[in-house]
Amino acid sequence: MPAEQSTTTGNPAGGAIPPPPAIRLKHISKSFGAVRANRDVSLEVAKGSIHGIVGENGAGKSTLMSILYGFYEADSGEIEIAGRPARIRNSQEAIGLGIGMVHQHFMLVDTFTVLENVILGAESGALLAPSKDQAARELARLENEYNLYVAPEALVGDLLVGERQRVEILKALYRGAEILILDEPTGVLTPQETDQLFRILRALRDQGVTVILITHKLREIMDVTDAVSVMRGGQMVAHRKTADTDKEELAELMVGRKVRLELDKEPASPGPTRLLAENVTVTDADGVPRLDNVSLTVHAGEIVGIAGVSGNGQSELLEVLSGIAKPSQGRLVLSGREVTAQAPVHPDEARKLGIAHVPEDRHRLGLVTSFSARESAILGYQGAARFNRGPILDGTAITQNCSSLMEQFDVRPPDPWLRSGGFSGGNQQKLILAREMSPHPEVLLVGQPTRGVDIGAIEFIHRQLVARRDAGCAVLLVSVELDEILALSDRILVMFEGRIVGELTGAEADERRIGLMMANAMDSSEHATAGSTMTEQAP
Amino acid sequence: MSAARAPLPRWVDIVLIPIINIAMALFVSGLIILAIGENPIEAVGIMLQGAVGYDGGIGYTLYYTTNFIFTGLAVALAFHAGLFNIGGEGQAYIGGLGVGLFLLAFDSVLPFVFLLPLTILACAAFGGAWAFIPAYLQAYRGSHIVITTIMFNFIASALMVYLMVNILIEPGSMSPESRDFMESAHLPFVHDVLGGLGISMVATPLNLSVIWAAICCVLVWIYVWHTRWGYELRTVGQSEKAAVYAGVNPSRVVVVTMCLSGALAGFVGLNEIMGVHHRLLLNFTAGYGFTGIAVALMGRNHPVGVILASLLFGILYQGGAELAFEIPRMTREIVVTIQGLVILFSGALAYMARPWLERLFAMLHRSGSPAMERA
Repeated sequence: MPAEQSTTTGNPAGGAIPPPPAIRLKHISKSFGAVRANRDVSLEVAKGSIHGIVGENGAGKSTLMSILYGFYEADSGEIEIAGRPARIRNSQEAIGLGIGMVHQHFMLVDTFTVLENVILGAESGALLAPSKDQAARELARLENEYNLYVAPEALVGDLLVGERQRVEILKALYRGAEILILDEPTGVLTPQETDQLFRILRALRDQGVTVILITHKLREIMDVTDAVSVMRGGQMVAHRKTADTDKEELAELMVGRKVRLELDKEPASPGPTRLLAENVTVTDADGVPRLDNVSLTVHAGEIVGIAGVSGNGQSELLEVLSGIAKPSQGRLVLSGREVTAQAPVHPDEARKLGIAHVPEDRHRLGLVTSFSARESAILGYQGAARFNRGPILDGTAITQNCSSLMEQFDVRPPDPWLRSGGFSGGNQQKLILAREMSPHPEVLLVGQPTRGVDIGAIEFIHRQLVARRDAGCAVLLVSVELDEILALSDRILVMFEGRIVGELTGAEADERRIGLMMANAMDSSEHATAGSTMTEQAP
Repeated sequence: MSAARAPLPRWVDIVLIPIINIAMALFVSGLIILAIGENPIEAVGIMLQGAVGYDGGIGYTLYYTTNFIFTGLAVALAFHAGLFNIGGEGQAYIGGLGVGLFLLAFDSVLPFVFLLPLTILACAAFGGAWAFIPAYLQAYRGSHIVITTIMFNFIASALMVYLMVNILIEPGSMSPESRDFMESAHLPFVHDVLGGLGISMVATPLNLSVIWAAICCVLVWIYVWHTRWGYELRTVGQSEKAAVYAGVNPSRVVVVTMCLSGALAGFVGLNEIMGVHHRLLLNFTAGYGFTGIAVALMGRNHPVGVILASLLFGILYQGGAELAFEIPRMTREIVVTIQGLVILFSGALAYMARPWLERLFAMLHRSGSPAMERA
């Protein structure tokens, strides 16, 4: 395919000899101000194939797909859909051309039923009832054809994440999509749900639907795609048949240099207990337990990984350990200080006890995007004596602090005055890690350290975490990336619905065992093959 | 969503957009002036001449400016904490009450050197206290501050009428005004001060509170950008979750910020009661609190911007008064309409021109960049 593409002469209406590709993008360029998000990008996607697009964050994948879906118009270049030149100015036109998109963040109304969500925006008239009847019939057909079952009358708010994603796919198909774009579809799924999604995608392909899969997970590319295109720095750097490539080559193409996917680390030598939680429960405002009777310990010099599908209590665990939330029941011991509902710890105090926290949500918690880097680099330490001279903040000390953090952690560009939001995800994360690691904490709480971070920075961040562990720090790592948990952790705890449902040592853990625990299917023997617990069968 | 936009350079945001907004307001005003059969160019000339063309005009302009700085700073400070303080009017009213009560009680007891700082404190305390209640309700009870501060404007107004008519009225007086303060409790007029230095100036209401307004600008600047409290305030304004993460108590920040904001608005009372009227009376706030919202918006919530926007509104107020005086057909209502248009375009419609400019700049950029590549 790469060869064909370079020799394409642009003869869309041409002969009937080869079937035209479902999508042909020619020399697409798109700039945002000085940023050239797409540079002369060409791409061909064969009809009825699954085509992967990989690239690091900021490589231009999302921009390219936004152009295809009509969110942006390209500055230059041409689009052909099924051999015909197309101009796509908005998403309605994209839908009209048979393009459907499943967004990373679902665009569903929680309080509507599946059926209502599917017809939303595609109602056939002013009255709902006829649209609904028609839609119900159409849905039944789609569900049969693609083995995509979701109960039409269920409220979307009650569905599992994997099921919501199926609703999104149904929505696109209901609108007549023959080209389906999925943007990072597996970020929120368990490994088993991911497998189901891939089965659905294969079924779609076999029915002639063209699927574009945007992801940064190379394993998924290898698993499910027929062809793959690699983007880097806004350009298309390679097209490959999936069968002719491997993970290492793709990683190298993505980053532009050799990448080590494995991490060297010595076995841990755990020291004394630094962090202890005993029967900790956190209930939310509605009285629902978000964290349910959790007990755990973290020793000096070990990395304890918390695995689980996002939203199963990991965030609450980090919050209660860092003092942001207080335990409703149970007790914690943080560096010797006893914490209970009656004697909660304040985040400021937790920091003084040597608990550092790299939060999961770096945009809203970890830094203030509108602040300069130097201001974000003192977040949480704004009261420290080294940054204050009497009532006035010491501007020189603050700038110097930021410069030195940036140097130690290779934050680029090393400009303390740049807006925090202007850094790439990886550099933002390095700045936060630098800030939290620099006071040499006894306990390091780390949430999703590499979410939205490019491969080069992931390497660096992982090495830093292991170095911290080797220096005797107790590290608690929360991540939804199983690969990351497996690569870093000395012990692994699996969370499900606010409880810890399993513990494994780093050595005995593998993806399948953790995956089963994540879906909480380990104990019940009748669901030995966890995949079927939440599959197509209706309850 | 469809058309391309580019992020705007800072100078466009700070300089060009306000100028465009004022130009649009003046254009629409010009149409109205044309419609009533007058010459808009001539009207603008009279306004400018009346506002800055002679010493008396300048004095009045700066007197109005003083009030706008206080209320503009009040709105700007609260805004940095993510709070929309619409209650400047009521806080100014109650701030003035504080000034009046304090001076009525102590003007015969204390010398001016003690009286002045204590009056400033009383003024701040009353203005701040009036903002404290909505702030507390927002921070700890979840009532929305926009709603409560608006309501507190009405409550302040009703309270003042009650106090002036029933309690503080000078015995035997027909109008609801207190007795005059003693001469020693007057904040000196600028024309008196200048006169003492041998510079003659027409008598205007401009008094030394203009200097306090300038000091407040500096204090707000230091507080917001150069203290840890200001840092925490801005963090709360940008992201409450980040603030909690950083060990800040957002509720406390909300309360403290609103009290400071209310104190700033309250200083209108210092200017009006201690500086101009020298007695407690009704309706001295005259809408300054509301105009402060437009001032802060136009000044991009920065003290320097607030000063510039306050000057503009000072010119509009004074020039407008002059206009109504000079051209009989330009009634007071027409002048208020012009002021209203400026507030509308630079306040409520402050970002109307933004999308167009973003597209314009994107186009300029696109036509500019290939040329740069060739070079």
